[in-house]
Amino acid sequence: MREVHVKEIEQAVSKLCMEANFHLSKDIKESLEKSREEEISPLGENILEDIIENANIASKKEIPICQDTGTAVVFIEIGQDVHIIGGDLEEAIQNGIRKGYSEGFLRKSIVEDPLIRVNTKDNTPGIIHYLIVKGDKIKITLAPKGGGSENMSALKMLKPADGVEGVEKFVLETVDKAGPNACPPLVVGVGIGGNFEMAAFLAKKALIRPIDKSNPKKHIKEMEERLLNKINTLGIGPQGLGGKITALGVNIEVFPTHIASLPVAVNISCHVTRHKTIVL
Amino acid sequence: MEKRISLPLKEDVILDLKAGDKVLLSGTIYTGRDAAHKRMIEALNKGEDLPIDINGQVIYYVGPCPAKENEVIGSCGPTTSGRMDVYTPAILEQGLKGMIGKGERSKSVIESMKKNKAIYFTAIGGAGALLADRVKAAEVVAYNDLGAEAIYKLEVEDFPVIVTIDCEGNNLYDTQKERYKELLNQK
Ligand code: SF4
Repeated sequence: MREVHVKEIEQAVSKLCMEANFHLSKDIKESLEKSREEEISPLGENILEDIIENANIASKKEIPICQDTGTAVVFIEIGQDVHIIGGDLEEAIQNGIRKGYSEGFLRKSIVEDPLIRVNTKDNTPGIIHYLIVKGDKIKITLAPKGGGSENMSALKMLKPADGVEGVEKFVLETVDKAGPNACPPLVVGVGIGGNFEMAAFLAKKALIRPIDKSNPKKHIKEMEERLLNKINTLGIGPQGLGGKITALGVNIEVFPTHIASLPVAVNISCHVTRHKTIVL
Repeated sequence: MEKRISLPLKEDVILDLKAGDKVLLSGTIYTGRDAAHKRMIEALNKGEDLPIDINGQVIYYVGPCPAKENEVIGSCGPTTSGRMDVYTPAILEQGLKGMIGKGERSKSVIESMKKNKAIYFTAIGGAGALLADRVKAAEVVAYNDLGAEAIYKLEVEDFPVIVTIDCEGNNLYDTQKERYKELLNQK
């Protein structure tokens, strides 16, 4: 069995927290450049220019692209032939977050109890999704997720008879409601199928796929394209101040579901959609 | 094309600003978001004074990142204004003249803005690094224990904002979305 020390994991997580927050990924950057050319509103075009400049400043100065450096969402795929040594895995990940958010001068945005609301002051706990996979590697993806766009997300248990049309209607309604609050242009993560909690997980997982990669299933890929086109006729535009570019991308993930169910979750994300991956 | 405006906002300037104007603000602004608003309202309800004199001032809804060495402030883009809506009319009654944030405002906020002649500006959400460049000085002036949610006094220079709701209640979100929706669906 291959051994991986928890210290290595801690280091990796800490580095990912900083890098994800400083450097906008290539797919989003390219999409912003392209969108600027397509935008029909002059104000919208100016806004997209500022958004691109902002990402450049952040990257150059190694400061956060957005002040909401988010909840640290961690996807960790652990090969079943890996033996983790040297301590507690969960603690290592949380320590990595603690370290990354402190050393990177990232904002600490987590409150300890959702009702009492006292800040934990180190941005822990992060939200960790563990997956056991084949092989002897560990793949960690860190996706800081801002609250403004997260708050505009929604889940609905549709009826199977609602079908494609019902799903698309719900996605469009959710985006329309999000309007300017979620800092458009948006990235829209959609989870279809599974059950209640699986749909939400799929929607989050959809957001860590680069927006220039489509779902491998043909009918889902087509739905992604169709939805993006429809979203970009809503008129919301950059920052909700009117225009064509309301979203940069729509990513959909699907999963088998119960004969009685059609769960749909829409995880709204913004132009600062962040994710960074490392393989140990 | 942008209007340069120095703070505090004078009444004739406020009356002159129209939804859609691009503005560069220079001068003093105060930060405040959820927790600070909650505390300010609690103070008002107890009949106490606010920790800062808000009369004639501008509040920026922001929770900045910590400043790196040699920097004045960390990234500092706007947060969603709607969460402050329940508190805002009472603060406007105290003489607040401008707000900077992102996203829609409630009917009661807009009514109170009309009554008290105040402006709602938006800054680009998610442009925290660019906006931090326009902040020349920052100090905590109240509620230090709230961390990123404390009230800071900021000195800004050419801070870029857009008049999104003016003091007559004209709302750029409504007018522009409708306009572009129509345009995009004609094609
Ligand atoms: S929605 Fe995104 S861009 Fe806007 S403040 Fe939140 S994290 Fe930043």
